[in-house]
Amino acid sequence: MAEKKQFQKGKMVPVPSVSIIPERDLGKSPILECSHLGIDFGGLTAVNEFNITVGRTEIAGLIGPNGAGKTTVFNLLTKVYQPTRGTILLDGLDTHGKTPAQVNRMGIARTFQNIRLFSNLTVEDNVKIGLHNQEKYSMFSGILRLPKYWRQERAAHERALELLSIFDMQDLAGHQAGSLPYGAQRRLEIVRALATNPSLLLLDEPAAGMNPSETAELMENIVKIRDTFQIAIMLIEHDMSLVMGICEGICVLNFGQIIAKGTAEEIQSNPTVIEAYLGKQQ
Amino acid sequence: MKKINKNSLNGFINYGIVIAAFAVIQLLLGMGRLSNSLQSLLVPACCYIVMAVSLNLTVGILGELSLGHGGFMSLGAFSGITASILLQGAIPMAPARLAASMAVGAVFGALGGVIVGVPVLRLQGDYLAIVTLAFGQIIQNIIMVLYVGVDSRGIHLAASKERFDLAADGTAIIKGPMGAVGVTKLASFTAGFVLIMITLLVVQNLVNSRSGRAIMALRDNRIAAESVGINTTKYKLMAFVTSAALAGAAGALWGLNYSSTVASKFNFNTSILVLVFVVLGGLGSIRGSIIAAALLYILPETLRAWDIAEYRMLIYAIILILVMLATNNERLKILVGRVIPKRKGAAGNG
Repeated sequence: MAEKKQFQKGKMVPVPSVSIIPERDLGKSPILECSHLGIDFGGLTAVNEFNITVGRTEIAGLIGPNGAGKTTVFNLLTKVYQPTRGTILLDGLDTHGKTPAQVNRMGIARTFQNIRLFSNLTVEDNVKIGLHNQEKYSMFSGILRLPKYWRQERAAHERALELLSIFDMQDLAGHQAGSLPYGAQRRLEIVRALATNPSLLLLDEPAAGMNPSETAELMENIVKIRDTFQIAIMLIEHDMSLVMGICEGICVLNFGQIIAKGTAEEIQSNPTVIEAYLGKQQ
Repeated sequence: MKKINKNSLNGFINYGIVIAAFAVIQLLLGMGRLSNSLQSLLVPACCYIVMAVSLNLTVGILGELSLGHGGFMSLGAFSGITASILLQGAIPMAPARLAASMAVGAVFGALGGVIVGVPVLRLQGDYLAIVTLAFGQIIQNIIMVLYVGVDSRGIHLAASKERFDLAADGTAIIKGPMGAVGVTKLASFTAGFVLIMITLLVVQNLVNSRSGRAIMALRDNRIAAESVGINTTKYKLMAFVTSAALAGAAGALWGLNYSSTVASKFNFNTSILVLVFVVLGGLGSIRGSIIAAALLYILPETLRAWDIAEYRMLIYAIILILVMLATNNERLKILVGRVIPKRKGAAGNG
C-alpha cells in the first residue's frame, strides 16, 4: 500500500513489469512508461494495475476481447479520462493533470475507433489542422495577411501534401474529408495524427473495415511510418494477422487487467491468453 | 500559387458583390432615383449585414448558438454614442469621429464578449445560448436605468435619475428609459460600406488562417480537435469575441444614424432577426448572410410603402417559409446542380 501511494504522487520509480522492448531500443530510455495505471467509473474498475513500457521505436500491440478496456487505456494515455491511480511517464515526463491538447503537444497523437475527422473540411485542411501547433503566426498576422502568414501557409501546404503522399493520397487533397471512402478516412486520420509530430502514435483499430489487401498495405505503411519518423507506435487491433505480423511486443488485456505480455510467439502459445481471448481449446 | 484557392476565390466574389452593390446604389443616389424611404434604409441594412456576417462566425463557423447578438450591438451603440459626444472637442472631423466611435463600440462589444465567453465557453453544451439570451436582456435592463452625462467636472454615471447630478452646463448623453437623445448623426452609407468590407476582411481572412481552421475543427469534432493539440477555450473565445466586437461596431454605426436610440431597440427580437438572416442565408456561408440580411431587411420595409401595408408581416412570413422550403428542396438542388458545375467533394464513393 505504501508503495502504491508513492506512485500516486507521481514519483519516478522503476517500472516493475516485464519489459518487451525490442533490443535496438534497449540502450535508450523508453518513450512511454505506465505504472499501476487504473481508472474507476463509479464502482466499476475499468482498468487496473496497467503496467507497460514502450521503447523508442517499438511497434506495440494491445489486444483483448471486446470490453476489455483497450480503448479506455488509450483514453487514459491521451487524457480524455483522468486516471484514478498510477502514473504515465512520456519520455520521462509525468503527464499528470494535463489536458488532451497538452498531452498531444508533449508528443502523443492518436486515431479513433469511430472515425473522427473534420468531415466538412477538405483533406488538406484536416492535415493542416494537425500541423496547427507547428505554424506559429498569430490571429492578427492571419487577418492582415502579413508575410509570415504567406510563408508559413506555403510551408504547411507543402508539408501536408508530403504527409498525404505516405498513403498516396496527395491527389485527394481538395476533396471533402467526409466524402472519402471508409479506408481512406482511416488513413487520413493517421496522416492527421502524424502531422502533429508525435513521438508516440496510438492507432485504435486502424484496420477495422478494411479488406485483406488493404490491411496488408496498411501493415507495410505502419512499418514504413515507424522507420521514416523513428517513432513508437502502439495499436489496438482485432485483426490477428496484422498484430502478429508487425507488433514486436504484445500486451493482452482482459477485464481491465493485463493477463499476458510478450512477443507474438509467446502470446500465441500462452495458455491464459488462449483461454481468455481465443477461447478454450477443445 | 498557380491556381487560386477556392476559398480565396469565394472571398473575392463576396468583396465584388459588396463593391458592385455599393457602386450601383451610389449611382442611383447620384441620379436621384432612390426614394427617401429607401435611402433611410441603407445604413441600417449595412448594420444588419455586419450583424449577420459576424453572428455567422459564432453560429456557422464556431458552431455555438448565440441568442444575444443584439446585446453586443446595444453595448456598441450606447458606448459609440457616448464616445462620439465625448470626442466632439478632440476630433472635430465627422468621419474620423465616427471611425473612433465605432472602434470604441467594437472594444465594448469585445469586452462584453469576454465577460460572457470566459465562463461559458469553458463548458460544453448549449449553455452559451441560455447565457447569451440572458445577457441580451441584462444589457437592455441596465441601459434602461443608466444615466450618463458630461459637464465641466467630467463624466457622470448614475443608476437612477435622483443620483444623476449633472451641472447646468452639462450634456446628458443617455437618459435611462428615454435612451440616448440629441445625437449628432454621423453615420453615412459610405461608412456602412467600409464597415462591411472590414467585417468581410476580418471574418474571411480569419477563417482561412490557422486560427480559423482550429475554430472549424472545434465545430466539426471537438474531441478530435483536442487530440491534435488545439486549445478549445482559446479558439472558441477568439471566434466569439471577434463576433461580438464586430457587432459592437455595427451597433455604434446604428446608434449614430438616428438622433435618438432606446435600449429596447436591441431586444431579443433583434437577436432572433439576425439569427434568421444567418440560418436562411446558410450556416457558415458568408455570402448567404450578406444577401439574406440585405433582402430580408429591405423587403418588409418596402412592403410598408405599398397599399398592402397591413399585410406586410404576413407576406414576410410567407416569404420566409418559401425560402426555407426552397433551400431544402432536393429536386431544386438537383436542378441547381445541373446549372452550376458540381462542387468538389464527390470523391469515389467507396
